[in-house]
Amino acid sequence: MAIHIVDRRLNPGSKSLENRQRFLRRAKALVQGAVKKSSQDRDIKDVLEGGEVSVPIDGMDEPRFRREGGTRDMVLPGNKKFVEGDILPRPSPSGGKGRGAGEGDSEDTFRFVLSRDEFVDLFLDDLELPDLAKRKLAEVESQGIRRAGYTTSGSPANISVSRTVSRALARRVALRRPRPEVLAALEAELKDCSDEARRAELMAEIEALKAKIRRIPFIDPIDIRYRRFETVPKPVAQAVMFCLMDVSGSMTEHMKDLAKRFYMLLYVFLKRRYRHVEIVFIRHTDRAEEVDEQTFFYGPASGGTLVSSALQAMHDIVRSRFRPDDWNIYAAQASDGDNSYADGEVTSRLLTDKILPVSQFFAYLEVGQENGLSYEMPNSSLWTLYESLRASGAPLSMRKVNERSEIFPVFHDLFKRRSQQERNAS
Amino acid sequence: MTATDQLLFQGADWDFRTLQRICDACEQVARDELGLDVYPNQIEVITAEQMLDAYSSVGMPLFYKHWSFGKHFAFQEASYRKGLMGLAYEIVINSSPCISYLMEENTATMQTLVIAHAAFGHNHFFKNNYLFKQWTDADGILDYLEFAKRYVAHCEERHGRLAVEHTLDAAHALMSHGIDRYPGKKSLDLRAEEKRAGRRRAHEESAFNDLWRTVPAGKVKSDAILDIERRRQMLGLPQENLLYFLEKTAPRLRPWQREILRIVRHIAQYFYPQSQTKVMNEGTATYVHYQIMSRLHQQGRLTDGNFLEFLQSHTNVVFQPEFDDPRYSGFNPYALGFAMMQDIERIVTNPEAEDHEWFPDIAGKGDAMGVLRDIWANYRDESFISQFMSPRLMRHFRLFHLHDDPEERGGILVDAIHNERGYRRLRRELARQYDVGFIDANIEVVDVDLAGDRRLMLRHTVVKGAQLSEADAKRVLQHLADLWSYDVSLVETDGAGKVMKEYVANPRNIAVAA
Repeated sequence: MAIHIVDRRLNPGSKSLENRQRFLRRAKALVQGAVKKSSQDRDIKDVLEGGEVSVPIDGMDEPRFRREGGTRDMVLPGNKKFVEGDILPRPSPSGGKGRGAGEGDSEDTFRFVLSRDEFVDLFLDDLELPDLAKRKLAEVESQGIRRAGYTTSGSPANISVSRTVSRALARRVALRRPRPEVLAALEAELKDCSDEARRAELMAEIEALKAKIRRIPFIDPIDIRYRRFETVPKPVAQAVMFCLMDVSGSMTEHMKDLAKRFYMLLYVFLKRRYRHVEIVFIRHTDRAEEVDEQTFFYGPASGGTLVSSALQAMHDIVRSRFRPDDWNIYAAQASDGDNSYADGEVTSRLLTDKILPVSQFFAYLEVGQENGLSYEMPNSSLWTLYESLRASGAPLSMRKVNERSEIFPVFHDLFKRRSQQERNAS
Repeated sequence: MTATDQLLFQGADWDFRTLQRICDACEQVARDELGLDVYPNQIEVITAEQMLDAYSSVGMPLFYKHWSFGKHFAFQEASYRKGLMGLAYEIVINSSPCISYLMEENTATMQTLVIAHAAFGHNHFFKNNYLFKQWTDADGILDYLEFAKRYVAHCEERHGRLAVEHTLDAAHALMSHGIDRYPGKKSLDLRAEEKRAGRRRAHEESAFNDLWRTVPAGKVKSDAILDIERRRQMLGLPQENLLYFLEKTAPRLRPWQREILRIVRHIAQYFYPQSQTKVMNEGTATYVHYQIMSRLHQQGRLTDGNFLEFLQSHTNVVFQPEFDDPRYSGFNPYALGFAMMQDIERIVTNPEAEDHEWFPDIAGKGDAMGVLRDIWANYRDESFISQFMSPRLMRHFRLFHLHDDPEERGGILVDAIHNERGYRRLRRELARQYDVGFIDANIEVVDVDLAGDRRLMLRHTVVKGAQLSEADAKRVLQHLADLWSYDVSLVETDGAGKVMKEYVANPRNIAVAA
């Protein structure tokens, strides 16, 4: 009886994948909570790395009828000193679990690793990215098509006439297909000729030429050439995102947190759309500086407020490092809206003349106090200024945000508005 | 016969030719020297990930999709990655051909061990033990699982994933109460099951449950039309197989839901013998691999180094921590089973006076393999332990019996130890720990209020004061009520019939909202 040995290692379809997805769907709320929590402590770039999340399996356990309590009898190994009739003290309640319970407990909560895509999906899903946005996201890497020489097969639409004709010509020449002038000349001679012998000779010659013409067609199927195309990955453009933030003393941690979430979302979104995304963090008080993420969100700073300084800094960076022809430029500005009165004029000029013409998208996010109501916020000086710019047609999107939960709707809103503008523009 | 004194392999590496040689060598020992009778073998080499995969779907190669398998996979993968858990060396399936999974990471010695253990030890046990013969259909199981998988997928297409998921969740919750504990209803033929499912669907989609037609509509005639006895008889009450009862009589289940309950029930039934024979099954496989490996070493087909490697893993497998060891988590079925098999061999071939007294039938009989094969065929854990646990082994394990009565303030009583007075009590109590009839809660359907609100009434007979864990019981009952579609009540009664606790659950109307 021969024993059958099979190598299953190459079996592709992992059964676990489908079940894993079901599990994630089922645990969605839980996993999302965990993702949200873990994205709070992450840097913007790390959000896309996926990672380990801890999921409490509350409500994910599977109930069975179990018994507990009552009198218990146990036979155990390893008696060293007990004799019949001994009374042993009870172990503390926490340690005295049976083995069934012990096994179950360990599954109550566990950490597991989400892949990058799972993480981002859940991250975005939590924000209920609408279909509109998803379609856009799906277009991430379009395939370009380019000419790639000629081929002997293809669809009639792709026949290359010039190439086919030139090949036919070459063939006719090579095979010495009689030219029509030669035939015409012979026929003319025949018409005028009265010499019988010469006539017969001419007729034979004409006949032979005609036969040869028939044998060698003007265009043979082997001459036909089709234009060939091949798909090439279209080079995906690069994007740079400017995070501009007012860090003067009036910006609370809550406000920075709101801003960070907005930036994070914008980053994830851009990352899906472009192969290469750079982030530039600019913080400003009454003067601006480019900093790293850590300093941007957590570094202490204080001073007066000059919004124009940040815009000027952005403009300088764009000029030196990001040619608008090569880069899609995005900017998101977060501020509590305070600006010194004298700065309005400069800000307005910088925006209209320098920044907006080169930017794809400029979002202004006015962050407010926790528990505040966005529609109750009085219009700040910056808001009023931007409002007037927008009214005169500048491609500027602006929103007020007080609560974390508002971040996504605002993001979506801004995003939608922009595509509307695009449509209007075209 | 041939090829003795010739090494099967050297070092740790193996290839498929080596595996074939190992299989042949093991088979020769198994058949000619141990007299084992096995299903045809199929060995499948898989990766660690596939092994995790197989774990999470209760070791079956194909299974329907359900989130809980994903959960188990994620959990096991997480602990595997952390190094908390090693993977089992093998998984073996009670089917014909008998499929054994081997991990590619194993060394050649480990592969030999696994083949001897699974492909011959477990395989022989599956084929010959009476419980497996009675309850499982090795020829049909793979096809049946394939059918189940297709059927569930088909239901998801037709009725939506969520509805199927609710039904499966509910069925899983009741899985351990979806078993016929006593044989005799009919023999299992899973191939016929599959055909039947199609017919049933066709029929039941047009018909309806006749039982409910007899329910009188008017209030006036509402009682005494069906007398209690006749009603209980028609419903097959009392019934401890809850899944079976629901499948047959739940008034509002869709035909496909009944079929899903049936699938879960069949699978539960298929695994039922495994839960009753854990000690014997592992003991048999461990004993067989030990015999085969030793034989191969004697024949000069394993090097001393390989044999030492084997002995090391074997020792790990049969390690039994003592009760006060932090590693202790109950009896290790490998350790207990293997020790008992070896002890039986000793009793048969080299008995002492005590053994003659305790085991007059087998002591000194001489044919160890013959006796063992007979035992493997005709016992389950509970009867095996109560018959063959010897005083010598009880001394070896230094067994003692604790009686823990919560009413008793003083503490836990040491009721018996390994001495003359204690042997029989120890053996009886240990055997009881493996008695499935004793382990699972005794819950049965006792009645249905047909004339009234169609409430389903269950009873849990409390044994030794162990009541149901309340949180779990409520959730399981909720599932039950969802399937039943009317109220469900469960009373817990003590032996004398006194009610200790009562639960009521109302249906949520999601299971049938397909």
